Amino acid sequence: MSRLNAILVLALVACALAVIQSQHRSRTYFVELERLKKQAHGLDEQWGKLQLEQGTWANPARVDTLARTRLGLIAPPHDRVRVETLVSAP
Amino acid sequence: MNYHSKKLLKLNLAPWRMATVGSLLLAGLAVVAGRAFYLQGINTDYLQGKGDAVANRNLTLPAHRGQVSDRNGQLLAISTPVESLWARPDELKLSDGERAQLARVLGMSTQELTKTLARKTHGEFSVRRPVTPEQAVKIATMGVPGLYLRREFRRYYPAGEVAAHVVGFTNVDDLGQEGVERAYQDWLAGREGQRHIQRDRRGNTIRDLAPIQTAQMGGNLALSLDLNIQYLAHRELAAAIVALKAKGGSVVVLDAKTGEILALANQPIFNPNNRRNYKPGPMRNRAVIDTFEPGSTIKPFVAAAVLERGLYRPDSVIDTPETWRVGAKLVRDSHPHPQLTVSEIIQKSSNVGAVKLAMSLTPQQYWEVLHRSGFGQLPGSGFPGETAGRLRDAATWKPIEHATMAYGYGLSVSLLQLTRAYMAFANDGEVMPLSFLKREPQEIAGERVFSPGVARKVRAMLETVTQEGGTGMLTQVPGYRVAGKTGTAHKVVDGRYAPDIFLSSFVGMAPASNPRLIIGVVIDEPSGGVYYGGSTAGPVFAQVMAASLRQLAVPPDAPETATRMTQNTPAVVARAGGGA
Repeated sequence: MSRLNAILVLALVACALAVIQSQHRSRTYFVELERLKKQAHGLDEQWGKLQLEQGTWANPARVDTLARTRLGLIAPPHDRVRVETLVSAP
Repeated sequence: MNYHSKKLLKLNLAPWRMATVGSLLLAGLAVVAGRAFYLQGINTDYLQGKGDAVANRNLTLPAHRGQVSDRNGQLLAISTPVESLWARPDELKLSDGERAQLARVLGMSTQELTKTLARKTHGEFSVRRPVTPEQAVKIATMGVPGLYLRREFRRYYPAGEVAAHVVGFTNVDDLGQEGVERAYQDWLAGREGQRHIQRDRRGNTIRDLAPIQTAQMGGNLALSLDLNIQYLAHRELAAAIVALKAKGGSVVVLDAKTGEILALANQPIFNPNNRRNYKPGPMRNRAVIDTFEPGSTIKPFVAAAVLERGLYRPDSVIDTPETWRVGAKLVRDSHPHPQLTVSEIIQKSSNVGAVKLAMSLTPQQYWEVLHRSGFGQLPGSGFPGETAGRLRDAATWKPIEHATMAYGYGLSVSLLQLTRAYMAFANDGEVMPLSFLKREPQEIAGERVFSPGVARKVRAMLETVTQEGGTGMLTQVPGYRVAGKTGTAHKVVDGRYAPDIFLSSFVGMAPASNPRLIIGVVIDEPSGGVYYGGSTAGPVFAQVMAASLRQLAVPPDAPETATRMTQNTPAVVARAGGGA
């Protein structure tokens, strides 16, 4: 009888420790999850900022000016344009 | 041994002293016990609340406003987080040194700052929205009690003034004020979420105390605009307004097949990224909100009406004297021709001819054609403040009004409405519903205005306008056949038509064999000496049309006019087809 009790006590202690352990793990994971969520949010915001930056650089007005001034590009005059009709290959 | 027998150890105390000390000790114990009972039993909520206040937090989950992009995904509006400076006057403690420093950081004088901070005596208010990231860091390091930074979203418009009239803008509270931002406020706006959490000593979130109310992010929106075409329209219009010394102007580019608005530009413009110095004038989307008397651009509808009833054929000859009397009014042609065919009336834009055609119809019949074409009705673009123009009921027309209506006076239209009406000629008689949003072609059903035969005949007439002998020869686009109509209308000043103040317009389509684009142009009060629609609005049309067709890689349909189909090309010419 007393041996059974001893075993039960040991099992009880083991269970209690397991509960503590799992509680601790759940908290650690939760903290980790929160950290990653925050990181995802931060990356989202950064993505938005980068999109905004790209949009600003790719502004047609800016591309137009740069193409004309820095690169010296012009629209081809009409007698320099050749129109070709695409014929699908057999 | 007996203690009592020892004299020295004999306790010689009066009983009252024992009682006093004992009761004092008991009283002390009672005080401690009572306090403990008070704190734990009676006032427990207060302490529990204090404890929770340290550990528990209500978090607001931010929701940002949706993005607006053009049909190719180019950004037109985006929300991005910024810091703004808020104050709680109740807690505000600012030494003179800090006050001077803060004023310096914000770039304002100390007096101004004092005035700003004295705006309210309790509650909270914003001192500066937004502050730059550098200012935010400096203010945060000062650590003034009562001043704090709050994270907010601010709206940016990368395309700036180019698409400003269509996209509109939001106010500081992120509410759409104009344009698409206003029309789709409900869709674009996000909804903030709530979260009740418990934190540990280090500020980590330990657990949720209540189910999370997730934040609803604002929906994104893809507009029908093509930013490249929009920019071309904006650039050409801006250049023309300067060259013609005009007061303003508008350009509308429609997809002839789907009714999508590919570009819509106005002059004057405003910068949506600069929230200061807002004036209502430049912010108005003139192409949608303002109306004007269309002048000769209405004549194709007269021609369509008489063709439809079989009263004339395109080659029927009509006598067109220089003047023609209707009631007390003399209708006059500035470039008279004794006889013109119906087609030539459109080509030369003869007022007398148009009046004679219109008078062959009853007012009710003519009104019915105009009404069917969408005049006097909302164009249905969903744009805030769009106007229906004015088309009076035929029963109230006097004969003179019936006549002037034939050359575009006595009714008023918006440019968007007029351009939409031309879709009937471009799209073989069918008008597609307008849209500022990108859509798939299969989603839409058109509305039949003219039969395909009538629409094609009128389109052929419109093509002669841009050819030798027409009023719109400056609207030619190399490589493409163009159809369109010029308009030059006197503006009303102080209740009468001013002889020298004009509103010039051109509405046209290309390629005429199977129109892909419709472009409407209005120039308000050109004062540089030229004022005819063909020579003011016409060149803008031609420039925008040429560049847009190239942008969309529309194959040329003109037979060898200006486009060389060369055999021996110079080596520098790119071999890519389509001219994209």
